[in-house]
Amino acid sequence: MLRLLAATLLTAIALAPALPASAETPVLKVYTYESFTAEWGPGPQIKKAFEAECGCTVEFTSVEDGVALLSRLKLEGKASQADVVLGLDTNLTAEAAATGLFAPHAGKLDNLSLPIAWADPIFVPYDWSYFAFVYDKTKVPNPPKSLRDLVENSDLELTIQDPRTSTPGLGLLLWVKQVYGDKAPEAWAKLKPRILTVTPGWSESYGLFRKGEVPMTLSYLTSPPYHVMEEHDDNVGAAVFEEGNYLQVEVAGKLASAKHPELADRFLAFMLTAAFQDTLPTTQWMYPAVKTAAGLPDAYKALPTPPKALLYPSEEVAAKRAGWIAEWLQAMSK
Amino acid sequence: MERPARAIPSLPGLIALLAILALIGAATTGLVRAATDLDLLAAWTDPYLWSVLRFTVLQAGLSTLISIAVAIPVARALSRRRFPGRTLLLRLFGLPMVVPAVAGAFGILTLFGRSGLLAELTAALGWPLRPNIYGLTGILLAHVFFNMPFAVRVLLAAWSTIPAESWRLAAMLGLRGGDLFRLVEWPVLRRQLPGLAALIFLLCFTSFAVVLTLGSGPASATIEIAIYQALRFDFDPGRAVALSLLQVALCALMVLAAMRLTGRVADEGGIGRPVLRTDGGTRTAKAIDTTALALAAGFVVMPLLAILVEGLGGLGKPILVSATLWRAAGRSLAVALGAGVIALALGWALAHSIAALRIGRQRRRLARLFELSGTVVLVVPPLAIGAGLFVTLLGTTDLRRWALVIVALVNALMALPFVLRLLVGAAELAQHRHGRLADSLALSGWARLRLVEWPLLRRPAGFALALATGLAFGDLGVAALFGSDGNETLPVLVAQLLGAYRLQEASTVVLLLVLFGLLLFALIERILGGRERG
Repeated sequence: MLRLLAATLLTAIALAPALPASAETPVLKVYTYESFTAEWGPGPQIKKAFEAECGCTVEFTSVEDGVALLSRLKLEGKASQADVVLGLDTNLTAEAAATGLFAPHAGKLDNLSLPIAWADPIFVPYDWSYFAFVYDKTKVPNPPKSLRDLVENSDLELTIQDPRTSTPGLGLLLWVKQVYGDKAPEAWAKLKPRILTVTPGWSESYGLFRKGEVPMTLSYLTSPPYHVMEEHDDNVGAAVFEEGNYLQVEVAGKLASAKHPELADRFLAFMLTAAFQDTLPTTQWMYPAVKTAAGLPDAYKALPTPPKALLYPSEEVAAKRAGWIAEWLQAMSK
Repeated sequence: MERPARAIPSLPGLIALLAILALIGAATTGLVRAATDLDLLAAWTDPYLWSVLRFTVLQAGLSTLISIAVAIPVARALSRRRFPGRTLLLRLFGLPMVVPAVAGAFGILTLFGRSGLLAELTAALGWPLRPNIYGLTGILLAHVFFNMPFAVRVLLAAWSTIPAESWRLAAMLGLRGGDLFRLVEWPVLRRQLPGLAALIFLLCFTSFAVVLTLGSGPASATIEIAIYQALRFDFDPGRAVALSLLQVALCALMVLAAMRLTGRVADEGGIGRPVLRTDGGTRTAKAIDTTALALAAGFVVMPLLAILVEGLGGLGKPILVSATLWRAAGRSLAVALGAGVIALALGWALAHSIAALRIGRQRRRLARLFELSGTVVLVVPPLAIGAGLFVTLLGTTDLRRWALVIVALVNALMALPFVLRLLVGAAELAQHRHGRLADSLALSGWARLRLVEWPLLRRPAGFALALATGLAFGDLGVAALFGSDGNETLPVLVAQLLGAYRLQEASTVVLLLVLFGLLLFALIERILGGRERG
């Protein structure tokens, strides 16, 4: 018995340092995804910059990727500890708004620089890009010209992401749906043998690509600048497709149950200032949602523009996502 | 009349049993309460679930078959050969048991992956091979890496139970080769094989980190992965409950079948005595044994070498001085020690009561219940327990305060079957030798523990604590469920780095994970288990 007691005590002592100390300053809790808060992501810089002006502490809680963020929120419901959710995209905004967990934003949003008009009363966009298949130029001299070309004529192997967790994964699912319609399962069946693996988040897929396991992966049109700027490597290309590339606009929103609603509003406003936006091209490797004085790095200026920005209305995705994912799972597990 | 306080032999076991039940009960309640849209029929008739189940059984079955098919000739070779380095080889075969699954998967990947060492080697030889190991192939390779050496050790132990008399008799009768195997060796093996196969099958059936790292997506998802995905991807507790129930039912069935199939293990005979077999002198036999040993040793040593080489290559990277790494290491250490101590306390309490009830009092049924409670996590998915505790606490408190505690608790439960297995034998021996004397002296509580049990249980307890701590240190299961928000343990950090750009750093952390794990294991075993080694 004594032993059991001693063990419990020991455990308590062993685990005690792991518990964070309670803070006196207000804590703004931001739910986001892992690549945002990673050491190499924008999270650490942004936390520092916002804390310097808000007199608060920013606390990130991160999940695998954008879609998992919505699932987590749905599970927690009104009991959620979050003030701000950052990292949903336009494919999820209708479903997220329908939960009733979000409150309208307080900003004006008149200086946005997006390829589409923005009228959402709840969510504030902070960056955007096109999904694109990124490839190693040394291994792929002739990248596919279109999605049909990639699915039907190519023998390239690739990694993609799971649409149940990852916004790029969901983006590809919708991209294929838009190009193939009812024939999407057949297209997936054709593509499947060449998919080396389906990873839960973007970073795993991209890691495999960088390790040379595959010559191509689903990522963003704005991924090559990373390699140009950080690695002085010119050999990564992003394919523009004839059908158009699927657009992603990443957004943040304030929860109706936020414990610090004013701080949340301030954070959303801060999100569109240069201090936040200027970090994005070199940490998120996405286009900023606002044109800033600093402008874009040179590597971004060389990027091509897809002939068309593909995008489903958010309401349609909200209504059909579950069915389309079931269809995808079926096609992928055969 | 005043009587001296009598030891209640079942009390420690009862307390441990209650603690385990409370934990599992809290988890179940949480999960079921959160599963507001629980529709078992819909979940179980989902065609995707059936393809998941099919794959789970397929990979576990093949992993078991290959592990054992390889282990038999290797164990046979070890049983009839004495050569320099034999002890070293046996130690080597003990290593995969303490290598974290995520590290093993990393080793397999660097070795057999697309651009791994094998691909480079074959390309250099002008016969390029670009193996695709994601999916079944990779999962099988990793499962064989982890389970074949384990099977070898178990089978070798079985071989050593063949009495010297049998060997002498066989030699006198001139039995060799196939006849010797059929008449002398096979009957002994046959008693061990069903239990061993069932255990390996169960481990592979519920394997998590390997499938998570080496699976290829929906086509190679197992039930355990589907539970994880239901929780972490969809946050759909209803689906998790449906899947967990399915897994519990199937695993329970297998455990029962294994118990049925396993014959009484012979516990007398030639243990410790040198095996006096005289067969295996022919050239063919020598060739077979050499090949089996060389291939198996190579297969086990290569991934470990890959981990070492890749890890050393990344040593110069800044991650080594990053606070993230050392904080993760600190968390892993805290979780591992916590889990180890809890597992040992629970295991000891159960073992004490089991022994006391079995020897002398002969209350086998209660003893059986205690034993079952210690092995329950073999059946209940640890992820489901972790997730259940997670949703129980959800909304009521700040989760990140509890995440590591939950990880430690679940890891303690996961280690309990091994701890119990290690302790029960010794506890029974202690009870058998000194139980009556201790009873007549009215020795109880602390004194009994110190005087009667400690001397005999110290060694196995040291090993058990070392094993439980080592396993928890490298576990990616439940930690993956909570692995963010500043709660990353080392294995979670590996899983994260593995994916992101940071492959060199990932390899460094893998190396640290393995080395720290081994160091922890050795230290604990040495300190608690005492000096002399067996």
